[in-house]
Amino acid sequence: MTSIFWRDLALAFRIGGGAGQALVFFLLAVTLLAFGTGGEPDVLRSVAPGALWVFALLSCLLSLDRLFQADVEDGSMDGLMLASTPLEAVVLAKAAAHWVTTGLPMILAAPILAALLNLEPAAYGMLILSLAIGTPALSLIGAIGAALTASVRRGGMLLSLLVLPLYIPTLVAGAMAVRASAAGFEAWPYLGMLSAITLGCAALAPFASAAALRITLS
Amino acid sequence: MKLEAHAISCIRGGRRVFSRISFAIEAGEVLILRGPNGAGKSSLLRCLSGLVPLAGGSVTLSGLSEEVLDLSDDRETMQSQLAAIGHLDAVKPGFTVAENLRFWARIWGENDNAEARVAAALTRFGLDHIAQGLAAHCSAGQKRRLGLARLSVAARPIWLLDEPTVSLDAASVAVFADLVRAHCAKGGMAIAATHIDLGLEAARELVLEAAPRGVQMDEASDDPFLDEGAWI
Amino acid sequence: MSTSFWSFANPNKFMRLSGALLPFTAVIAAALIVVGLFWSLFATPSAELHGQGVKMLFVHVPAAFFSINVYGMMVVASLIGLVRSHPVSHLAAKSAAPIGAAFTLLAIVTGALWGMPGWGSYWEWDARLTSILILLFFYLGYIALWNAIEDPVKAADLAAILCLVGSIFAFLARYASLLFPTLHQGSSLSVDADTNVDNSFYYPLLVMMVGYFFVFVTLLLVSVRTEIRARRVRALRLAER
Repeated sequence: MTSIFWRDLALAFRIGGGAGQALVFFLLAVTLLAFGTGGEPDVLRSVAPGALWVFALLSCLLSLDRLFQADVEDGSMDGLMLASTPLEAVVLAKAAAHWVTTGLPMILAAPILAALLNLEPAAYGMLILSLAIGTPALSLIGAIGAALTASVRRGGMLLSLLVLPLYIPTLVAGAMAVRASAAGFEAWPYLGMLSAITLGCAALAPFASAAALRITLS
Repeated sequence: MKLEAHAISCIRGGRRVFSRISFAIEAGEVLILRGPNGAGKSSLLRCLSGLVPLAGGSVTLSGLSEEVLDLSDDRETMQSQLAAIGHLDAVKPGFTVAENLRFWARIWGENDNAEARVAAALTRFGLDHIAQGLAAHCSAGQKRRLGLARLSVAARPIWLLDEPTVSLDAASVAVFADLVRAHCAKGGMAIAATHIDLGLEAARELVLEAAPRGVQMDEASDDPFLDEGAWI
Repeated sequence: MSTSFWSFANPNKFMRLSGALLPFTAVIAAALIVVGLFWSLFATPSAELHGQGVKMLFVHVPAAFFSINVYGMMVVASLIGLVRSHPVSHLAAKSAAPIGAAFTLLAIVTGALWGMPGWGSYWEWDARLTSILILLFFYLGYIALWNAIEDPVKAADLAAILCLVGSIFAFLARYASLLFPTLHQGSSLSVDADTNVDNSFYYPLLVMMVGYFFVFVTLLLVSVRTEIRARRVRALRLAER
């Protein structure tokens, strides 16, 4: 299981540019948002919590289509099915590696991005905390979508059609937590919801993805 | 150890690929699958590896533990005894040749002495001079040898080989045949679908017939949509 | 002959049974919709606030009701298809999806038109509108996945997994959308009479509800029969190769 995690991570860093590209993506997205809204500080401040969460899920989505497809196409997945570790654990390891290259950079970059978007200083801690709790759910839910579309060529658009609706509860809970703390309210109920979603996904996603992969490879 | 197939059948994509095939293979033996294209050699190997569910019959493995293992009940235990080579070599171009092999040594074998096994396999398949080079620069033959080298780093008694010698030269075929021979001498077994003669003395043959064309009435119940009935 | 419930999952039995049922459901559906539409459009008073627009209710409420319940039916059909590997059950889920999506779209469009005089805008990010919009996305994703995968046996199982996973998240999204403020009125039809609409609306609405149900059943049967025939053509073609 750990060897699959490190292998995926190494592959992501060598070919995909790894976390670096995700960081540039976030900076670009924030810049585009600023251009799109005319750079009004008040406008940016009010949309910042939602926008940062939307960026997190978009960056997660962009690298998702190759999560299993690359291994299915070159025959690696056939070999991984015979591994001594159960397929569910393989899925979990790959989702964890995916999180390190997309979710983790977002958490690290969050303070800078929040500053660029003029977020309420009081909400900085909650932004980082909510991303830390919520982004693993994004990778896990994404793994289900990636497994369902593993055999579909050029399935990027289909994948976003399947996965984005599934992201709605996570997005709502995460963005609400940040908005609540920016407005000076208690954010803990939303954070509890977010944790429940992440834990639920950790329990559900490996089984759903493994079932989908077994069907795809049969 | 004895692997047995009892009247197994396979349906893929709504199409019957083969019907009621039975065979048994013991430790030290090689079974060569022969038959025309489309006879179901690849499907049979994928069924045996537990990737494709059987449409009928059963596959059992006896001699590993006290009780007899059944592929549909103890799939994961049985899969952990298998190493399978298909048409694809599972080579990651972004990794070096050695890194590729090291990964499979961990996935299909134990962690200890993985390095030694990798080094031995690279030497055996004549890949040690490019071991530190990226797999992206390998030729088709080198990629195939890298794919096959996964077998010799694996600690698995049962090998399932689908056209293992494609794009290999004569010298490499001989190296591969030696590897299979050594594997069987150590008590392993191998089932291989191949058109060429590997020159293995102990090999038995199983010939698969091409599936007959047209609707087979006696097997119509396989696909519920082929069943004759009240079609209005 | 032993007939269990499961035996209707056999395509032949389904074709025979559905062929016998179809004329009846079609006639009942047509009759109920015609009666319901005339009753609701010409024999009900118009409300002060909405004027004649209130009659949108008779199209909107059943559409919204069935948009959710058709998805529920798909979940059950997918579960049966996955657990017992019944091909007809999978095909029933597949056939229900476009019908459910059409109901959902109808509910959204009529809801938007209805909302205009009341709320002053066609679209509000209101809790119930939002959750029904999300439902539309789930339908569209499900249909897209079926269309994207060549092998119908694999497509059926993968789409069933999506349907089951989707039902959990649709449920969550429904409650997440409750965090939005709502402008919607309460249920129009329920057992406790407090929130119920006036009797002059109640009966025609009930007729429309039952009418929608028969429309759904009729369309579903026609669609499943077409799917079964298409699968038979495919199976015969494969057997010839």
